[in-house]
Amino acid sequence: MASYSTSEIRGGMKVMIDNDPCAIVDNEFVKPGKGQAFNRIKYRNLKSGRVVERTYKSGDSIEAADVTDIEAQYLYNDGSHWHFMCGDTFEQYQMDEAQVSDSKLWLKEQDKCVLTLWNGSPLGVAPQNFVILKITETDPGVRGDTSGGGGKPAKLETGAVVRVPLFVQQGELIKVDTRDGSYVARVKE
Amino acid sequence: MSWKPSASFKTLHTRAKISAQVRDFFSKRNVLEVQTPLLSSTSVTDPYIQSIPAIFQRTGSQVQETLYLQTSPEYAMKRLLAAGSGPIFQICKAFRQGEVGTFHQPEFTMLEWYRPDFNHHDLMNEMDDLLQLVLNKGKAERLSYAAAFVNTVGINPHFASLEELSFCAKKNGIIVNSTITDRDAWLDLILTHCIEPHFANNHPVFLYDFPISQAALAKIRNEDPPVASRFEVYYKGIELANGFHELQDSNEQRRRFENNLHQRNKLDLSPIPIDEHFPAALSHGLPDCSGVALGLDRLLMLILSAENIREVVSFGF
Repeated sequence: MASYSTSEIRGGMKVMIDNDPCAIVDNEFVKPGKGQAFNRIKYRNLKSGRVVERTYKSGDSIEAADVTDIEAQYLYNDGSHWHFMCGDTFEQYQMDEAQVSDSKLWLKEQDKCVLTLWNGSPLGVAPQNFVILKITETDPGVRGDTSGGGGKPAKLETGAVVRVPLFVQQGELIKVDTRDGSYVARVKE
Repeated sequence: MSWKPSASFKTLHTRAKISAQVRDFFSKRNVLEVQTPLLSSTSVTDPYIQSIPAIFQRTGSQVQETLYLQTSPEYAMKRLLAAGSGPIFQICKAFRQGEVGTFHQPEFTMLEWYRPDFNHHDLMNEMDDLLQLVLNKGKAERLSYAAAFVNTVGINPHFASLEELSFCAKKNGIIVNSTITDRDAWLDLILTHCIEPHFANNHPVFLYDFPISQAALAKIRNEDPPVASRFEVYYKGIELANGFHELQDSNEQRRRFENNLHQRNKLDLSPIPIDEHFPAALSHGLPDCSGVALGLDRLLMLILSAENIREVVSFGF
């Protein structure tokens, strides 16, 4: 695998640090006027999701990681694993609960998503930024309220709970922003 | 990519005002403004400062000569001092190969000045006067290099072993993924990662009396332990200036140059021809003096609370 010098490392690059695949968050050049140069590299460990920092001597190199994002379709959950299929190759992938993490709250069967693969194996999944899901449980709203001020919790078909305006009813479809779990709009069937 | 300036006009006005204030400050103190070459046939031998080469060819000639953009006007200004100039200052561009970052540009503006009959503490007094004028943040705090280490991380930088230094970095949450086998690299790392962030934020800090292994062009005082008469200036944890009570001994200067070249060789860096004019000027006699270089772009960043050095130069690299 190729490697990058500390001077080439940019945000978003995928590299191997301490044997784990990582995504670079930030690379800061630190050099005292008369002294030695370092790079303080901040990155997200793609296995644990944690953001950490390491210091390198400037000029050292870091191995690139074979990490790619592919478009896939979420198929089903068999109780312990979540199954996906790549739309181009029809290859299937499975992930356990820890790997699927919070994304499971937004995954509806047949929906598109993005799988992150490391050496061909899935590391994680990202739902689409906006998904349309059915409300399975919410209190009846106060009649006449159309403004959305206040709101109430609503449970969705995937298990996620989001705050919705009072006029939104059980059984309706809503559009949700998966990046912050916020209600966007009501959707007609 | 944008053709537009990376600095605002408000910033450029402040830059012009600061330059005028600096010139007025030195003019009132009878310090002469000088200019020295930015392009020279030699450059510094420091293993951790790289020069940008430039190819010179006389019109009509096939002979190519490697010249260097100067990393600081230090040698030329000391030749003026040895020739009897008296106190001098200069505002000029300086160039450093490879240095780009939040606080680094390969081409930057330096204010450098020299004072005959000043030791490094006298020069710190004058630096303090200048900073009170342009920064308006009150008197600077003075801290020896040793005290800064002892107070912040609890080790003595003059005596700590490689193992103690590496353990100290680790204990302070710094994980290093490179092999570091020399003390000065560990000291630089601990200073930049663990100590500078703890310097006072509301006034400048002067760090003085460096380890002799980091003397550069400073005199060494044979005290217990021996220390280099060198100082650095910080404000809000940002390194602003570096000064020396200048080494006058030409033999000692040559030994340091040769030691630098030896280190460069070990680091696989290209050799740099020693600037023979400089030891020759020292042999003739450099007056007892102190000198300091201050990064004007960084000073401007601090005055304007800029996040990146590009914001204070008209067109950032």
